[in-house]
Amino acid sequence: MSIPVVTVLGRMTLAFLAATGAITTFAVHAIRQAARPPYYRQQILRQMLEIGYYSLPVVGLTAIFTGMVLALQSYTGFARFSAESAIPNVVVVSLTRELGPVLAGLMVAGRVGAAMAAEIGTMRVTEQIDALTTLSTNPFKYLIGPRLIAGIVTLPILVLVADIIGVLGGYLVGVYKLDFNDTAYLRNTVDFLQFEDVFSGLVKAAVFGFLITLMGCYHGYNSKGGAQGVGMATTNAVVSASILILTFNYFITEAFFAR
Amino acid sequence: MSPPKISLRGVTKAFGAKKVLQGIDLDVAAGESVVVIGGSGSGKSVLLKCILGLIRPDAGSIKIDGEESVDLGDDGRARTMKKFGMLFQGGALFDSLTVWENVAFGPMQSDGVVPAKARKAAIEKLGAVGLGPEICDLRPSELSGGMQKRVALARAIAREPEIIFFDEPTTGLDPIMADVINELIVKCVSDLGATAVSITHDMASARKIGHRIGMLYDGKLIWQGPVADIDRSGNAHVDQFIHGRAEGPIQMQVRKL
Repeated sequence: MSIPVVTVLGRMTLAFLAATGAITTFAVHAIRQAARPPYYRQQILRQMLEIGYYSLPVVGLTAIFTGMVLALQSYTGFARFSAESAIPNVVVVSLTRELGPVLAGLMVAGRVGAAMAAEIGTMRVTEQIDALTTLSTNPFKYLIGPRLIAGIVTLPILVLVADIIGVLGGYLVGVYKLDFNDTAYLRNTVDFLQFEDVFSGLVKAAVFGFLITLMGCYHGYNSKGGAQGVGMATTNAVVSASILILTFNYFITEAFFAR
Repeated sequence: MSPPKISLRGVTKAFGAKKVLQGIDLDVAAGESVVVIGGSGSGKSVLLKCILGLIRPDAGSIKIDGEESVDLGDDGRARTMKKFGMLFQGGALFDSLTVWENVAFGPMQSDGVVPAKARKAAIEKLGAVGLGPEICDLRPSELSGGMQKRVALARAIAREPEIIFFDEPTTGLDPIMADVINELIVKCVSDLGATAVSITHDMASARKIGHRIGMLYDGKLIWQGPVADIDRSGNAHVDQFIHGRAEGPIQMQVRKL
């Protein structure tokens, strides 16, 4: 090998820093534009429908099976030291704090982030974004602002629904498979649940919503070179959104609970 | 005397090491139609996008109605854009919207025209480019290439711009449809009394829609003159281009097989 490891590492670090800078600039510009009128209400509603309503089936399925498997797994573990009564609590806390927002975020990143990058990327390579500008419409206001707003607003709602469906999954396994008393299961679920458990999850969801739409828009907006470029933008949008979700998940958790 | 509608001085643009524009000077008078010809990759599109403000030139001045337009802010840009109409090479129609919504996009989104009125105006504009109201609710993808081009033209003239840009208006069309588009361009420009700047490598189109022709080669405008003079330009590069000869001073970068 003629290229020393240090050179490669240095190059990668520089590329990483450059990308971080570009994304931050993009995000600041997008937020600044989205905060000022005109607001494209119809676009915001359309995106909310796209991100929220149409993601319900996939997020719902993810949530119900996650709740079910959580109940089952914790039973096999907890039965060893007779702590079965903690299962409802474990299920609801894991779901609201962690699995609800993270899994919903990852599913939406795959579904919506990819579609967004592909749509905006295609608009870029077919000059539709330039066309917007020539029609006196700021693409940041018309295309990107509504998506970011919709992502931030919609993901918490989606995660709240996922939390409820996930708890239902745990309940079904608990009551019908593990022979819990249904009243006791529900009481154990509610009694130990704290406001902060749910709230932290919803904050995460809002942040994830922002990250997913930001990555979709950023990679789409900057895609070039036809079909291949759009394909790359789509991949990058999903991968970077997923990594950012997992990274930010840790830091938000730390901000909330590491005291 | 009023200033020229568009005035470029010393406009340069490079992408990395590639110098695409190397000092362009160009004046376009009000109501004039200028066609810039040149080979593929000669920087024609970049020139157009610089004037439109979609690409920021590295140096030089671009004045629209005597007002400097390089480095306008977002608001100033939106205001200047109202004077412009642009026909993109591939049409660049919004594929998520119907035909009439495309044509009415500028009036509705930027000028606040109410939908019912905008739709009526859109049908009128579609009529002006020879399209009936029956295609109004179709998607752009359901139209043929020639029809898409005409819808794009209708969108470009929808806000009755003072300046219209045409990016290779006839590329990819059959000769007859190309001529239809050329005639529509001439008609629309004269009806609106607009100033037009077109880029093309189609000489038939250039002769038909232009009053004046400029040839872009190697990042410079190497020749400018009235359409009538193009055949006796005395410039070997221009002669080679308008006659479409492979032999001449312009060497294509083709390697031997």
